[in-house]
Amino acid sequence: MGTLDGKVALITGAARGQGRAHAARLAAAGADIIAVDRCASIPEVPWPLASPDDLRETAALVESHGRRCLTQVADVRDTRQMEAAIAAGLEAFGHIDIVVANAGAGSYARAWELTEAEWDAVVDTNLKGAWITCRAVIPSMIERGAGGSLILVSSTAGLRPYAHMAHYVAAKHGIVGLARALAVELAPYRIRVNAVHPTSVDTGMIQNEATYRLFRPDLEHPTREDVAPIFRTLNLLGVPWLEPDDISAAVLWLASDASRYVTGISLPVDAGASLK
Amino acid sequence: MGKLDGKVAVITGGARGQGRAHALTLAREGADIVICDIAAQIDTVPYPMATPADLEETVRLVEDLDRRCVAVQADVRDGAQMQAVAERAMSEFGRIDILLANAGIFSFAGGGGSWEMTDEQWRDMIDVNLTGVWQSCKAVIPHMIAGGRGGSIVITSSTAGLHGFANFAHYVSAKHGVVGLMRTLAIELAPHNIRVNTVHPTSVRTPMVMNEATRRLFGGGQDISQEQFFEIMQSMNALPVGAVEPEDISNAILWLVSDDARYVTGVTLPVDAGFGVK
Repeated sequence: MGTLDGKVALITGAARGQGRAHAARLAAAGADIIAVDRCASIPEVPWPLASPDDLRETAALVESHGRRCLTQVADVRDTRQMEAAIAAGLEAFGHIDIVVANAGAGSYARAWELTEAEWDAVVDTNLKGAWITCRAVIPSMIERGAGGSLILVSSTAGLRPYAHMAHYVAAKHGIVGLARALAVELAPYRIRVNAVHPTSVDTGMIQNEATYRLFRPDLEHPTREDVAPIFRTLNLLGVPWLEPDDISAAVLWLASDASRYVTGISLPVDAGASLK
Repeated sequence: MGKLDGKVAVITGGARGQGRAHALTLAREGADIVICDIAAQIDTVPYPMATPADLEETVRLVEDLDRRCVAVQADVRDGAQMQAVAERAMSEFGRIDILLANAGIFSFAGGGGSWEMTDEQWRDMIDVNLTGVWQSCKAVIPHMIAGGRGGSIVITSSTAGLHGFANFAHYVSAKHGVVGLMRTLAIELAPHNIRVNTVHPTSVRTPMVMNEATRRLFGGGQDISQEQFFEIMQSMNALPVGAVEPEDISNAILWLVSDDARYVTGVTLPVDAGFGVK
């Protein structure tokens, strides 16, 4: 008996990292999963994004929990691709109860040195992509009349600024506005909408050379070990980064009926980073 | 296998209402429980407060779940009494892992604005809802630190800890105040792996809310029906519900005190049916 038995969850950016952990945790709680990922890199993002093999591995993980997984290769920035992915999900499972808008990207430069292409890549993926995802799912949720839970993955950067990523900070703050606006509009339908704000998480989004160089510009080839002490200073609780599953635990709580009267909130999972 | 097997939780205001629901929720997950409650009336509180019989009833309900429960009649305003609660928890169970600073009262200015509130109303409110939280933390924290196993403190604030309301400035001030206390404790206790968070409920179906005095406040002086009262409450929430169940708050607290939230500290967690976005 899981807390999500009979539920269907759509997760974007599901091929690896946090998205994969969410798929596994929600499947372990009984949900079937629609796993969406672009499965290709973006030229403006200075680290490799997920591959089709990664997405297949997520599906295998979901199936290892005895749940079904439909994978869809789609870019959250593309309405037609997302509508097709969601139509396929509804065709396969009949309904969608939970959305985890998790797909995200970033890059590093000071605000006035970002190119327009870099700005667009990050804002379109992190903010517009969440809106496109929600917009494509909401009508079927309203029509079914069974409520629902939308979880938008923001960041500590959605509550406070960091240097060298104005586009990311702006997009993640924008997610809070989107979640709050959707919460008001969707409350009459018992569809809840909340934002989650992770601090650094041990995924490919921070474990890459571009991020290492940002944190240790003094080293020619900085490593995970070189940047860990600096990441640790961002948090109160003495850890450099969280495990993806730490975020999944919060996502599961927000997806389940344990939080049936929680909507429109910003939930930090940040080891106290917001207080530093 | 519960999420809190082997843990010990101290819960203030445990005789009834939210405190009792928290005791049962945590016990169901394996925790042993120490509850305290003043179990007596405070003159400025315009509804009947809990009784020693309520306190005993919570003990019986926890014991029905095959967990141990110790009850102490104690006033959160009294530092010595709260020290005694913490020492009793240590002598019975040898450890304290969780503190729920839940004890709270409600009252409001008689004639309208907060400048018409009496000195006694202001003093009792701040003493119970703010100073009482500090006394509870002060009594328990040294034992948590000495245990060296980390810990989790959850302070019950309110939507009134994040927003203003007319007619009860003392309650709004105290509930905002515990957010400041929480944020400070979160910083001070992070090196000991003790997490500190607040929850912010909207109206909950407990005797603090469901009583004639509170109905009159929201009914503009009239004793409206419970149904009319919930309609008014619902107009303040985004989700179509007037008042949530005590267990809805317990579910949030269970998540916060469990290892599922092991990296959550310094957070203000609303359980408010969308009050905050309305």
